[in-house]
Amino acid sequence: MTISADHEAQGLADARPDDLEANDQASEVRRKFGISVEDYMLPARHQIQMVDPSGTLKPEAEQGTEPGHEYPIPGDSELMAAYEQLVVGRRVNDQNSALVRQGRMAVYPSSHGQEACQVAAALCLREGDWLFPTYRDAVAVMSRGVDPVETMTIFRGDWHGGYDPTKHKVGIQCTPLTTQLLHAVGVAHAAKLRGEDTVVLAMCGDGATSEGDFHEALNFAAVFHLPVIFFVQNNKYAISVPLSHQSVAPSLAHKAVGYGMAGERVDGNDLVALLAVLDRAVKLAREGSGPLLIEAHTYRMQAHTNADDATRYREDSEVAEWTAKDPISRMTSYLTDRGLLDDDGSTRIAAKAEAVASQLREGLGEDVPVDPQNLFRYVFSTPTSQLKEQSALLADELAREASSQKEAGK
Amino acid sequence: MSPAVTTSSEATERAATGDVSSATASAAASAAAVAEASGPQTVTMAKALNTAMADAMEADSSVLVFGEDVGRLGGVFRITDGLMATFGEQRCFDTPLAESGIVGMAVGMAMNGMRPVIEMQFDAFAYPAFEQIVSHVAKMHNRTKGAVKLPMVIRVPYAGGIGGVEHHCDSSESYYAHTAGLKVYTPATVADGYRMLREAIDSDDPVMFMEPKKLYWSKDQVDLGALRAEHAANASAGSSSEGRAAVARPGTDATLIAYGPSVPTALAAAAAAAEEGRSLEVIDVRSIVPFDDETVCASVRKTGRAVVIAEAHGFASVSSEIVARVQERCFHYLAAPIRRVTGFDVPYPAPKLEHYYLPSVDRILDAVDDLQWEN
Repeated sequence: MTISADHEAQGLADARPDDLEANDQASEVRRKFGISVEDYMLPARHQIQMVDPSGTLKPEAEQGTEPGHEYPIPGDSELMAAYEQLVVGRRVNDQNSALVRQGRMAVYPSSHGQEACQVAAALCLREGDWLFPTYRDAVAVMSRGVDPVETMTIFRGDWHGGYDPTKHKVGIQCTPLTTQLLHAVGVAHAAKLRGEDTVVLAMCGDGATSEGDFHEALNFAAVFHLPVIFFVQNNKYAISVPLSHQSVAPSLAHKAVGYGMAGERVDGNDLVALLAVLDRAVKLAREGSGPLLIEAHTYRMQAHTNADDATRYREDSEVAEWTAKDPISRMTSYLTDRGLLDDDGSTRIAAKAEAVASQLREGLGEDVPVDPQNLFRYVFSTPTSQLKEQSALLADELAREASSQKEAGK
Repeated sequence: MSPAVTTSSEATERAATGDVSSATASAAASAAAVAEASGPQTVTMAKALNTAMADAMEADSSVLVFGEDVGRLGGVFRITDGLMATFGEQRCFDTPLAESGIVGMAVGMAMNGMRPVIEMQFDAFAYPAFEQIVSHVAKMHNRTKGAVKLPMVIRVPYAGGIGGVEHHCDSSESYYAHTAGLKVYTPATVADGYRMLREAIDSDDPVMFMEPKKLYWSKDQVDLGALRAEHAANASAGSSSEGRAAVARPGTDATLIAYGPSVPTALAAAAAAAEEGRSLEVIDVRSIVPFDDETVCASVRKTGRAVVIAEAHGFASVSSEIVARVQERCFHYLAAPIRRVTGFDVPYPAPKLEHYYLPSVDRILDAVDDLQWEN
């Protein structure tokens, strides 16, 4: 089934009444997205929010949904698994920030406050699917099953990456903004050509939507009708520059319609709504909907990195406002009220988070010996004669340095 | 969806077991038709490049060709002519008009089992893709300690001499050669067009394949069937001419070091010099990265004199690098400083001015005359 603005989809808006199958498809699309092609491509008028900041489930009529935008509440076991990752994710963020203060890591762009987005982005995917994260998405990478210490190697300083992207189907934590969205498009394209049902979720931030590769990636994905979910965490700032300086679109999700794909916006601090929206997006993409754009409204609670001073560009009152919308406290209240979370459960989850934190402390506290010959080993599959020459030069220099130190030591 | 498209390892297995799908078989039949005419024939570099892609696509269903206008049109230079018709729209296709998108998507495809061969329509049109090339194509293997290989070829029609308008004649090879992690090849002969493009497609590392557009329609007597057999023999023996320079014309008095579009100019200069009784050896660099110090330096040690010729601006360029490398390795063999004949350090000129800019036979001979023959 096709839901992008290609020729098939245009036919859906006025399906022939005598064609039962086409009719079924059209009503299926209407049920899922609204009443017309243009309608289902536009996001709902408001962000989808299912659980409010106090942790109370909102009445369906107030969830921001409209016909075609209704979402079922995810199952209990999914909610509990996600909650566990949420608590672990917060602990990971705070532990990593502490390790930076202690000088164990050069830098850490924390996703503190955005953990619900991080967790949902990883958990909505199947094992064979791919995730393409940015530098701020370490918690999403870990939630996908990558070893925490391997995830953090990029910030430890001994190599530019620590995990094998092909093993976990998680792209590198990409630093140049939105360049990874095109890699996501390519992975999905290759899978489609082989007839595989892989879904790819590609992450970026609000500032990144200004980059040219954002446009190229969305357009390529739409033109080739690929199962890619573009997941924008709108945390309101690109380092210091607010969203109003990046875009005056009604919302970032509205950008979807220009590419002929559907968009949706969701409360990025409401884990329930995030899972509901992303689960459906993954399902639709796998069924052949083409790409989708999801914008999550969240907030970067801390500075861009430890090197940044957020007080220079935003008010404390704004931060306080978002503290009240914290994704963890609302989920804790909601699950407790529903009787899914009790003291035992909380204790067990806290212990798990503590175990991951101690794993990080150990792994990043360790002085990993670096091998200078690694400089030359991985530039090409087989080192060129130029690199062999330079590797020998450095080895020789180091050997002479070592022997002169030995001499001096005598 | 075409079940015929597989990963390269699967394709190798299939080829080994003789299990070839019908789509691939028909492609093979059409490629075989090209090969039928055995023995040397008049072949253009364009045809050699086209045949190299067709043969690679036939041999391995993970080889894909895409870019702007490469499908139905066959490319603005017709280098991909017939590939869509032969291999289908899944294997050779047009993309939206966005170079960063083409390269970035190729990165993802290469990560996921494909061997993309992509075309940048003109040298200067590749610049929007520069970030993808420098930040990802060149670095992915290194940052993942070899876990992710990017077996992709970025074909760039480059350099001038065709009377092209602005942005159509840049010699951009130095940007890529300066970037660690990219191989940079540039063929100068029809046979090398075939040979080197096959090697580039076989490479597990990304290759910037710089095609001298003024040589697209150069002709030579070439036996494509023999080249195909040579490639197959090299592949099974694990040997090739990859990364090697070639002696394009042997000589004894001085060495002209050239690559790509400058090789025919250097050969013409050597022919003219021969009439004046001077024997010039011409080295065709072929592979800028990796660079064949051995072949180049062997020639300079023999002749004791050298001129480096390149169309690109001389400042901070491939030609500067060659001069530096040769003098570091051959200083005591040199009878004179190494000279360069390059494009001037100006933006590539308009068509009516380009002949002043390009290295010419006269400029090369003048440089040769300056090699302190009295010493």
